[in-house]
This record gives sequence, C-alpha cells and structure tokens, in this order.
Amino acid sequence: MSILSLHNNLNTYLFLAAILFGMGIYGLVTRRTLVGMLIASELILAASSINFMAFNRFTAPDPTVGQIFTLFIMAIAAAEAAIGLSITIAVYRNYKTVDTEDLVDLKG
Amino acid sequence: MNPTVATGAMGFLTGDGLAGYADAIAGFVFLIMLAITVIGGLIACNAERLVCAVSGLALCFVGVAAIYYYLNSPFVAMMQMLIYVGAVCITIAFAIMLAAPEDSQKNGPAGPLSGPLAFITAGLVTMGLIGLAVNTTFAVLPKLNMGGVKLIGAELLTSYSMVFELVSIVLLIAIIGSLVIARHGRSK
Repeated sequence: MSILSLHNNLNTYLFLAAILFGMGIYGLVTRRTLVGMLIASELILAASSINFMAFNRFTAPDPTVGQIFTLFIMAIAAAEAAIGLSITIAVYRNYKTVDTEDLVDLKG
Repeated sequence: MNPTVATGAMGFLTGDGLAGYADAIAGFVFLIMLAITVIGGLIACNAERLVCAVSGLALCFVGVAAIYYYLNSPFVAMMQMLIYVGAVCITIAFAIMLAAPEDSQKNGPAGPLSGPLAFITAGLVTMGLIGLAVNTTFAVLPKLNMGGVKLIGAELLTSYSMVFELVSIVLLIAIIGSLVIARHGRSK
C-alpha cells in the first residue's frame, strides 16, 4: 500500500486518535494549571471524535449517525469548556491562583 | 477502497490520467494535515506558556477539521472550524488573560505522576489503543446512503429530535450556569 493512499485506510485514523489521546493524557497529568488541564481534555475529546468519524466512514451502514454523534460531542464539549473556564475564573477570584497544588482546601 | 474523497476534493479534474494525479495530491495533502494535527497536539501539551498551548490547540483543531473532510463529512469539518477553532480556543484565550498571569506561574514538575511516569502512562495507553486497532478485524457493513447534509438534518429532527432538544437545554443551562458562577463576587 502506497503512503499516498493512507487516507483510505481505517487504521491511519485510529492511530492518529490514539496518539492524540495519549498526548491529552500526558498533558492532563503534567499540567500545573487548571487552564492547561482543560486544553489537554479538549485533545482527548478530539481524539474520541476522530474515532467516531473514522468508524462512521469505514464500517457503519448509516453514515449520518456518526456525524450527528460528533455534533453532539461538539455541543457538550463547548458547554464543558464554558463551565470549566467560569469555574477557573471563580477559583482565581477566591484564591488568586489557578495552580493545582495551591488549591488544597479540601485535602484530607 | 473508495475514491469519493478524491473526487470530492479534486472534482474538477476528470480526465483518466488526471484522476491518478488528483489522488496523489489528495494523499499528499492528507499527510501534511496529519503532521499539522500531531505537531499542534504536541505544542498543546508541551508548551511552557499557556498562550502557545492554545495556539497549538487551534492548529491541532484545524488539522482535525481537514481530517473530517477526508472522512466524507464537510459539514462536520465546518462545524469543527466554527465551534472549536472559532469559539472554544478564543474562550480559553480569554480565560488565560483573565485568570492565569504568566509571572506568577511556577515551574517544575506538578506532582509525583509527572515527568517520565506521565510519559510512560501516556505511551502505554497509546500503545494499547494502537494494538487494539491493529489486532481487531472490524466488520464492514454495506452503506445505506452517502450521509449528506440533507440526511443529517432530517435525522436530527426525526430520529434524534429528543437528543437535539436535550442538548439545547444542556447548552442553555451551561450558559446561564457559567454566567452565574463567573459573576459571583464581581459586584464587590
């Protein structure tokens, strides 16, 4: 199989989604601030959307279902980003920091 | 397997010899978009400054939109550009300006899990997913339709109308809730 026909192969998309998912997990673990963790979680959501769309294109009998599901993922991700960022701003108002190590009021 | 992507992207080239060239160009552009996605993701999860991370995230989302286009879904690609690149990245940039001053940012590892252990964790998850993708044979079912925008609209308002309304309510509640949370303490 030629390298120029990679876009007609299901595994290409699955590999890309796996790599994006791994990068999202890496960012989620290593980031110090809440905003950085939110950016990493967006990467994870993009990876799951790519998986849905790839299976939708290559294996599913009805190609509209995966697209509709991806649209719903986008809507939920937008809501999640809005809520997460407003929580971040509220945390910054109360603590004057968004560093995860300084937010230890609930630590046992 | 299915040449519709090439004809969708390069529909103006209709000759026999040109179709091969169009396919090759489509494959080449796909490789570039793949590289853009991976590089953007690397910037998003590794950049020291959060502004650079958001720029990397936007780059990654542009690549993902191009990949949706290659997956026969130009409508979802457009929504990706509108919602993610246009709205989510801008919102995160605003949050960085409002709540994450660069000068008070600490450096160094963020806990016991960061550093090499985080790299090993993410690498194991990636390897597991790739192994799962390689070792599984997926049953390919025959297509019922081509999945155009018209069909998406019809399905969205018939079979999935309940989910559609619920997502609308969730978005409304998210808007009101985020306004209430972010407004608290502002009047003082």
